[in-house]
Amino acid sequence: MSETFVQKVLRKRLGVESAQPGQIVTVKPDRLLMHDNASAIIEKVKSDIDRFGIVDPDLPVIVLDHVIPASDEKTAINHRRIREFVRKHGIRHFFDIGEGVCHQVMFEKGLVLPGDLVLGSDSHTCSYGAVNAFSTGIDRTEAAALLLTGETWLKVPHTMKIMLEGGLSKGVYAKDLVLTMIGTIHSDGASYRCIEFHGDIGGLSISDRFTISNMGVEMDSKGAVFPVDEVTREHLDTAGIEDVSPVWADPDANYWSVHEFDMGDVVPVVSAPHKVDNVKPVSELTGLHFDQCFLGTCTNGRHEDLKVAARILSGERVHPSTRLIIAPASRSELVKAMADGTISGLLEAGGVLLPPGCGPCLGAHQGVMAPGERTISTSNRNFKGRMGCKEAEIYLASPATVAATALRGELTDPIEVI
Amino acid sequence: MRVWRYGDNVNTDMLFPGKYTYTCSKPEEIMPHLLEDLDPDFSSGVKKGDLLLVGSNFGCGSSREQPVLGLKHAGIEAIIGRSFARIFYRAAINQGLILIECPSAVDAYKDGDEVILDIGSGRIEIGGEEHRFPPLPDAVLAIRDSGGLLEYTRKRLEPRKG
Ligand code: SF4
Repeated sequence: MSETFVQKVLRKRLGVESAQPGQIVTVKPDRLLMHDNASAIIEKVKSDIDRFGIVDPDLPVIVLDHVIPASDEKTAINHRRIREFVRKHGIRHFFDIGEGVCHQVMFEKGLVLPGDLVLGSDSHTCSYGAVNAFSTGIDRTEAAALLLTGETWLKVPHTMKIMLEGGLSKGVYAKDLVLTMIGTIHSDGASYRCIEFHGDIGGLSISDRFTISNMGVEMDSKGAVFPVDEVTREHLDTAGIEDVSPVWADPDANYWSVHEFDMGDVVPVVSAPHKVDNVKPVSELTGLHFDQCFLGTCTNGRHEDLKVAARILSGERVHPSTRLIIAPASRSELVKAMADGTISGLLEAGGVLLPPGCGPCLGAHQGVMAPGERTISTSNRNFKGRMGCKEAEIYLASPATVAATALRGELTDPIEVI
Repeated sequence: MRVWRYGDNVNTDMLFPGKYTYTCSKPEEIMPHLLEDLDPDFSSGVKKGDLLLVGSNFGCGSSREQPVLGLKHAGIEAIIGRSFARIFYRAAINQGLILIECPSAVDAYKDGDEVILDIGSGRIEIGGEEHRFPPLPDAVLAIRDSGGLLEYTRKRLEPRKG
């Protein structure tokens, strides 16, 4: 019988004959991701853990990334509680402040592999579709229960097939592509469904794929997955992983819907306030002034992204009417960006460097805006209040568009400055 | 039943701003900020037994269970919506907060209509007109009947320890 990617992943791990969309199954994930919210999660089940123990110290991955270094006493206490928990229970995969954003860390440490099933108490857990894993977000209570039992229920989702054709033009990036898809499919267009990417994906780097899978949840998908090819294998090699068991859909699998995107038609776009699917071509809004430009996050804070921005800004100055903030996605991406002069280029242009982590993305600290201000950001959400102030505006764009805008102080098509 | 009415795509930042996520996790800390950026009158006005009537994709965005904890604590009887975002839907099940997908009921409601909800038999009466919704799956009912996922999990672990 022909199957989609997700049917096959679930059928194989359950050891059953078939997994049909709509069926409710009990699964044991390979990993359980938590970040600063691990503090709240372990508080919920503290006495239960003392009594029953952690089901498997190899299951949880905890990364401190959201508010780092601690911004006040409360966040410092949260971090301390997590460190104590990690020591007491011998949690094997713990990454303290400065290692990077949790999703980037999972991915670069090889903690997620093709065909894996990963659950995480963060909505952007869907990012690992980039490396052929079925991964999705859950809430804190469910993560707490998973620490005790190692299993939970899932409904086998239907799948949407997205055919990508051709290639991206100069000045157009994976971020423009995924924002274009979200503008078409809309923020609830993939609700309860998994997305598979097919077609001409060879030209998309692993970092591009990460950007795309990361934003799958902005269409409310349950996962957004790529097949394994040479590009994936090269990434896995770097992480020191050789033996993998990729999974992919059968050619005649049954899809909920099929969508086609000609990558050659994609232009630089922004997602305007206050919804991610409010997508507009940069050309419609050129000249719009921005007070702050932000490069970073799990969506677009990798070396490749910073390099694109540095190519535009090196030897130039950030426009005096705006400011540029940079938060690399991880320590290792930062080190790479230091080695080739990317970081010095951005700093000499006037950028402000923050530690590897989420930085201003969630509005808890660092780079919070004042009422009436406007930020252009490489992050994945522009909801009202997301960056800490509900009377401020957030526009989402590619690193190239953010850099071009930093250069001129107003929204600029990167093609004009590349 | 008193009804609080909201539109489509209400996201988690509107339900509970992200800036509080690492400093507020108990219901009493959550309450004052509940729906802060969506409806400043909500947290002081909400009463036990009230209903929320919402559009499509309610709760989209982050994995953030504080709004669910807050709404449950406030005594919200149920949320009736056109559709709910996936993580929010799961979070509600895990806290035993009832979500009902019933687009026709949402469309039919006019300000001031009387709403009568009968969860057991799967019906909602709006201004005298009846709307039906499908029963919840067994996996979900088992969690709800235990009073939430953690209670359900404890019940299952208990026999192991004897
Ligand atoms: S960078 Fe932003 S979107 Fe990514 S995990 Fe951190 S807060 Fe979430």
